[in-house]
Formats: sequence, structure tokens, C-alpha cells
Amino acid sequence: MVDQYPAIVLLAPFFAAIAVSLLGNWKSGFCLPLTVLSLVISLMSSIALLGQVAESGEVVYLLGGWPRPYGIEFRVDPLNGLLLVVICTIALLSSIYSIRAAAVETPDKCPQFYTLYLLLVTGLLGMSMTGDAFNLYVLVEVASLTSYALIAMRSKRAVLASFNYIIMGTIGASFYLLGVGYLYMKTGSLNMVDIREVLLESGLYTSETILVAFMMIMVGVWIKMAFFPLHGWLPNAYSYAPSTASCVLAPLVTKVTVYVMIRMMFTVFGPEYVFVYLGWSDVVVWMAIVAILAGSILALAQTDLKKMLSYLIVAEVGYMVGGVWLANETALVGAIYHVISDAFMTLCLFLAAGAIITKTGKYCIKDMEGLFRKMPWTMVGFVIAALSMIGIPPTCGFFSKWYLINGGIEAGNWGYVAALLISSLINAILFFRVIEVAYFKKESTDSDKEETVSGSSGVGEPPLTMLGPLLVTAVCLLLIGIFNQEIVILIRQAVSSFGPLGFIG
Amino acid sequence: METVVSSKPLLATLVSLLVVGPIILSRRRPNLRESWTFLAGFIKLGIVLSMLPIILEGGVIEWTLWEILPGLALAFRVDGLGMLFALVASTLWIVTSLYSIGYMRRMKEHSQTRFFAFFAVALSATLGVAFSANLLTMYLFYEMLSLSTYPLVTHHQDREARAGGRTYLTYLLGTSVAFALPAMIYTYMKSGGSMEFVSGGFLAGSVSGGEATVLLILFVFGFAKAGVMPFHSWLPAAMVAPTPVSALLHAVAVVKVGVFCVLRVITGVFGVDFLASLGAATVIVWLASITVLAASLLALTQDNLKRRLAFSTISQLSYIVLGAAMLSESALTGSIMHIAMHAMGKITLFFCAGAIFVATGKKYVSEMDGIGWRMPFTMFAYLLGALSIIGLPPFGGAWSKWFLFLGSVETHNIYLTLVLAISSLLNIAYLLPVAVRAFYVPPGKGNTKIDLHEAPTACVIPLTLTAFGCLALFLFPEILLSLARLMGEPS
Repeated sequence: MVDQYPAIVLLAPFFAAIAVSLLGNWKSGFCLPLTVLSLVISLMSSIALLGQVAESGEVVYLLGGWPRPYGIEFRVDPLNGLLLVVICTIALLSSIYSIRAAAVETPDKCPQFYTLYLLLVTGLLGMSMTGDAFNLYVLVEVASLTSYALIAMRSKRAVLASFNYIIMGTIGASFYLLGVGYLYMKTGSLNMVDIREVLLESGLYTSETILVAFMMIMVGVWIKMAFFPLHGWLPNAYSYAPSTASCVLAPLVTKVTVYVMIRMMFTVFGPEYVFVYLGWSDVVVWMAIVAILAGSILALAQTDLKKMLSYLIVAEVGYMVGGVWLANETALVGAIYHVISDAFMTLCLFLAAGAIITKTGKYCIKDMEGLFRKMPWTMVGFVIAALSMIGIPPTCGFFSKWYLINGGIEAGNWGYVAALLISSLINAILFFRVIEVAYFKKESTDSDKEETVSGSSGVGEPPLTMLGPLLVTAVCLLLIGIFNQEIVILIRQAVSSFGPLGFIG
Repeated sequence: METVVSSKPLLATLVSLLVVGPIILSRRRPNLRESWTFLAGFIKLGIVLSMLPIILEGGVIEWTLWEILPGLALAFRVDGLGMLFALVASTLWIVTSLYSIGYMRRMKEHSQTRFFAFFAVALSATLGVAFSANLLTMYLFYEMLSLSTYPLVTHHQDREARAGGRTYLTYLLGTSVAFALPAMIYTYMKSGGSMEFVSGGFLAGSVSGGEATVLLILFVFGFAKAGVMPFHSWLPAAMVAPTPVSALLHAVAVVKVGVFCVLRVITGVFGVDFLASLGAATVIVWLASITVLAASLLALTQDNLKRRLAFSTISQLSYIVLGAAMLSESALTGSIMHIAMHAMGKITLFFCAGAIFVATGKKYVSEMDGIGWRMPFTMFAYLLGALSIIGLPPFGGAWSKWFLFLGSVETHNIYLTLVLAISSLLNIAYLLPVAVRAFYVPPGKGNTKIDLHEAPTACVIPLTLTAFGCLALFLFPEILLSLARLMGEPS
């Protein structure tokens, strides 16, 4: 049982997906309990797995008992151990949230919705566990195909956005697959650890095929993670998607892809190849700076709440890519910590936005007057997430900025430091613009005795199933911030296993 | 030096945060609700007072919560400077609470529950800053104060409040993220992971002269609550707040947190000797001098009484920054004492401005002809407060001015003495005409009959108390003086 945790984490949602698609069509009441149950099982075993990894180091799980390099193996180190817990937690919280939202937004499609939802989670979990480069491609496609369908479920505009995403996403996946193909040609292996060994032993660093493979893979994952200027698909896809779907897509897909990039750079090619041999990390950091600024400025131009949040994801991806490519340990730790904290921040914001939209039916920021009176608890959650995005202690956003800026100064890259600070300031403007609208009344029509009458216009707090996950996430933001040391210790364990080589200060 | 480990600083900080719950729960029973505020106020003051003897004997009180970043804990530490500030803030909170009740009820303000709840949070943040043991803890409470005062500043929730609140937050949050945060991280890296305030500073030797100058400027601008120009415009903008907020927060808590942070940075991060050896503080001396004079001149042009007081506050805050940046022992003593002296004087003036508004609805100085005979208590208190700010004996302000002058002479810089002298004259020019108008100019024509028309008793009592407080501070300055002197001595 104990050594089967990696399989349980992955298979619980997978079997549940099958069960939901079979039973759900017969009685739709089965969908939700099965989903929640499987995610709870997944979460429990991922926590147990993380405990195991933290105690005794990397866990290697051979699927079907086939040894490396023939079979597929799952490798769990503290880095993806943490990510598994994050994925399961977020998936669980959004599934509870979906009880009401899914019924409103995608009626009569309950079994389809939950089947896709569970498959998406399976894909994401697989992406973060697998130790096989080709298997990773398969799982990326599992996650992508399900997200195209999930996004398209809502309305006509969503269909168009989803189509746009399909084209971009497929191009990205093809790039990745080509890259893996080249790697296989040169090394004869698909296993990540094996590829790295072959690269080192046969002195393939100088091979141009490997260079092309690396660039293909990077461009592929950059498209998938919406790294500016390859972000075109993201804003529409995430803002027109059903709110439950965007609650799980927005926090997870880009972050898991960032993890894939880190895995490719450090486990497959190795830091000594990426940073020492290639030595163009500065260029990528400058691209990240442009991404941060462009994402923030584009967000500033939005009038639609969810679109604004979507552009912020583009900026946040810039934070992480920049942090990884700064090529020092502090920045890398910061980037990984930011993967976790940003996942929760994005979740919290999308949950709040979803609750606001479901209750009021309004999408535009300027229509959100008086929300503090009507839905005070929802707004509390929103404000905590906003403070975290700006970087106010003790929320987790402050600490990820702390490590990232620290890393930026260490690397002597002041452009990156400035970009982070400017984006924090823009975030402050963005969020206080929303908060201001929500805090102030329209033009005072009934100003006097509103104090006691809350929700007089029929709009009140969302149901507990929506509010609960939101507040839990808000508390998580504080906890991740306060206990950042514990998380960072785990991350440092993982980072030190990437090997001491290649960290050029 | 004796170090006592005790959770008292934490309790003193938290007690007002803990009553937020009861305040909200008893929102339908105003009298009960306000009694929570008083309860917390007296407990807070009691805890602060109970720590006083140890501090006066030269000891410090410490309490560490937990390590939040490598080598960096959320920690509290009470020393002379922190004690003095906490004492001032917690005493004046009680007085202001009484005043708030009178003011808010007479004005029939809406959302009073929210008002008192956020007031309590703001006080927690203030004490948190006062008792912080390191830069990170201080930054945390500094931001908490910016955010918790936003709903207070924008209390009226109208167009004007929205604009004022926007300026307020843009300046305070913007500067702290753009300047103070990077300066803090750079300090953390340069000092090898330590940010604990120690007398004599911890940066000595680890940064060059140029770096120190840049860091110091970043810190002074980053803590924009200190109101050093050009980052001062948030304070006049914040005058859209109800008067009790302006009184406690924008004469005492918020602005003094700003100068307190600057004092901490100069004494605890850089160290006076280190700065003196580099000459890095000269820039700050001139920035502060310019602010002192320019803000005084601007105050002269204001007709709105609260705005006039706001510019006066900006100028007085820069006295404190100036005193610290002069790097002489007397000037430092004077600047620390000025925290208390200015607080007592300025809160009186704000109370009076509010009382006039409550009783007559008048906001502008030009409307206040002959008002002194209708509101004798208020205007007499105004006179006492104004004299204290100007720095005339027998009022508290005389002591801090005395030490500041002494400091400027010690530094052998005749220009600084001149700045202080000119600004004192300007103080007279913008503060006294209000009192002169009130007592000597007859009220407008046709209105010959003068009847007594005072503000509510709950407003008049606090302002009388603080006015006599100014007098008391002149007569009994020993405690403040010895607390301020604790910071001057090397330990």
C-alpha cells in the first residue's frame, strides 16, 4: 500500500472519470460525490507521498515493474511532491465550488463536465509525476484536450476562444513532440534521467540536434504556459470558460507547465548545459521582463474582471520564467515557491470573481458598486488575494517576491528587480480600482439607512459551497506565507538534487 | 543592560485587534460597542505602563514569535523610543475615543461600527510598529496601518472621499513597495541576513558610502508616512476623513509611524556614528529643511482649517526627520521628544477644528470671526495647543524646540539654526491668526447677539484634557526626557 501512493494519486481521479461517465448518464446525482471522493483520496495519498519524500528522498515508481529505460517510471521528489499536493487541493476546492456554479452554467452536461474535469486533473497529476519525456507529451495532450472541451462548454464566444486555444495548443504540443523526437534520435532514450546521462557521457553538448531539440521543447512549453508573446490564446479562453473550469484551469495549467519547463531544464538537459554551455539565459530573462510588463499593462487596459485576471496570469508567468532563468539558487527557489503561491492566489481570485459573476451576473469592473455591503465575505477573500498579488506581508505573494527580488539582486539583474516592483505597483492600481468601485456606492440614492439592510437589492452572499472554498483558499494564502520556511526547505532539497553544477552566480 | 523576555509587547499590540470581534457583534448596541473600545484602550495603556519601569531602568523587553525568513523572526522589542511612542499613542487613543463618540453621534455618521472596528485595527498596527524588533516586522505593521486606515479616510464614501483615498493609498502603498521594499531586501542581503535593530546599527562596514546614501534616501521616501517632500501630498488629501481620524491618525499615529520608522532606520539600521563618518545624512538634512519651510509657507495659504493643520503637520514631521539627520545627541533627543510634544499639541488643534465644525458647520478660517466668544473652551484650548506647537514656554513644545536648537548649534551649521528660527516665526504666522480672529474680530454684521454655543461635552472634555496635557508636558518632562535620552547613549 505504502509504495503504491504514486499510482493511487493518479488512478483515483482516472477511475472516477470512467465511473462518472458510466454512472452519471444513468443518474446525474452520482457525479459530484464520486468526483469529490476521488479527489479526497488523491489528496490524502499525495500528502502521504510528500511526507514519504521529505523523509527518505526521491520515490521512484516503476509502472508495471518495467525497469528503466524500457518502462515508464514515475519519479517524485520534493518539488513535484509539493506540486501534487497543490494540484489535488486546488482541484478539490474547485470541485466543491462547482456544486452550484456548474449547475447554473452548464446545465444538463453534468456527467460530461465532471468526466472532463477529472481527466484534466489526471493529466495534470501525470504531467508532474512522470519521468518519461514521451509519456509527458501524452499527458500534456490529455490535459490540453480536456481543457479545450471544458472551455468550449459555455457559450458561443467560448467556442471561438477554445478553437483559438486548440490551434495554439496543438502547435505548442507539436513543437514539444518534435523536440522529444530529436532527443530520442540522438540519445536513444525517452527516460529523463537516462537522457541526461547519455548527454553527459557521449559528449552531445556540441550537437546541433540537441540544441534544436532544446529550443523546440522550450518554445513548445512556452506556448503552453502563455509566455509573452506566445500568450494570445489565454485571455479569451480563461475568461469565457465556465467559471468552475477556469477556477481549475487558470491556477494549474500554466503552473504545471512551468514545472515541466523546470524539469526539462534541470533534469533532462541539466543546468550545466542550459546555463554554462548555452549561456543565453540573459536573453530569456529579458523576455520575461517584457512579459511581466506587457502582462501588467495589458491587464490595466481591461474592463472585464476575468479578463484582467487572465492578463495577470501572463505577467505572473513572466515572474516564474525570469526567476528560473536568472540561474541562481535563490531565484530558482523563489520561482518554484511562486508556482505554489501563485496557484493559490489565482485560485482565490477566480473563485471570488466566479462568485461575484454568478451572484450579480455582472462582468464589468465598473458594475461592481457596493459589493462590500452585499457580499462582505466574498470581498474579504478577494482583498486578501489582491494584497497577496501586490505583495503585502504576511501573505504568500510577499514572500515569493522577496525571494525573487533577492535572486534578481544576487544575479545583478536590476531590470528584473525593477520589473517586479513596477508590476507590484500596477497590481496595486488594478486591484484597488476594483476595491474602490466595490467599496463606494453608486451615486448616493439611498445613503442613509443602508447600514442594517444588507442585500436589499436581492444580491447577497453566495451559498456556502462557493464561499467555503474561497475562504479556505484565502486562509491558505496566509498560511503559505507564514510557513514559507517549511515549504522553502523542501524546495531547497529538490533544487540541491539538480546538482551543484551550473549555478553561475 | 537588562533584557526581559515577556509577551507583554505582543499583548499590548493584540488587545485592540481582539476587540474588533466584540465591536462588530455588538453593532446594534452603540453604548456596549463603545465600551469595548474603552476597555481595550485602558488595558492597552495598562500593559504599556506596566512595562515602563523596566525601560526607564535601561532594560529592554523582548518577545519572539517565530522565524519567518532565514535568520529573520517576527519579533517584538521594547526600548526607549518605542516606549515613548507607544505611551503617546495609547494615551491619546482613549482621549480620541471619547471625542469620536461625541463627534460621530452628533454628526449622525453612518457605519460607525466599521469606523470603530478599523480604528482599533489601526491602533494595533501602530503599537506593532512601535514595538518591532526588526525591519521586516516593522514593514508588516506599517503596511497593515496603511490598509486599515483606508476605510477610515474614505469614511464618507462620496466622490471627494474616493479621490482623497486614492491619493492616500497611492502614495503610502506605492512608495513602500517601490522604495522601502527593495531597500529592505538589499539591506538584508548586505548585512548577511540580519535586520535586527541594534543601537549603533548593523550596516556599518558592510555598505559603501554611495550605497548608504541611496539606501537612506530610499528608506526616507519609502516610509512616506513621514511626509518628507515630494511625497507629502497624501496628508492634505487624507483630510477628507472625519475629524477624529485626522486627529489621532494624521497628527499622531500614522504620521508618527512614518517618522518613527525613519528614526529607527537612522539609529537602528545605519547607526548615527556610521552615518556621521560617511556624511550620508546631509541629503536628508536638506530635504527635511526644505520641507519644513515649504510646508509652512503652504500652510499660510490655506483657508480650510484642517488643510492648514495638515501642512503644519508636514512641516513639524520634518523637524523630527531633521533632528534625527543632524546626528547630534541633543538633536536626536529633541526629535524624539517632538514626537510626543507635537502629538499632544496637534491633536488639540484637530479636536478644535472638529469641534468648530460640529458646533457651527464652519470649515474655513475666513468664516471664524468672533467664534471665540461662542466657543470659549474650544478656542482657548486652540490657543494653548497653538502656543505649544510654536514652542513657547510654558508648553511642552518648548522642550523639543530647545533641544533641536541646541542640536543645530552643536553641528555648527548656522543655516539649520536659521531654518528652525524662520519656521518658528512661520508657525506663529499661520496658527495664531485663527485665534486672533476668533477673539478679536467681531462676528459678521447684523449678528450682534452672541450666545454660548459649544460642541458636545464629549468633544469639549478631550480637547481641554489635551490642552492641559501640553502644559503638563512642560512641567513634567522627566519621563519623556529620560526615555528619549536612552536612545542617545551607546549601549
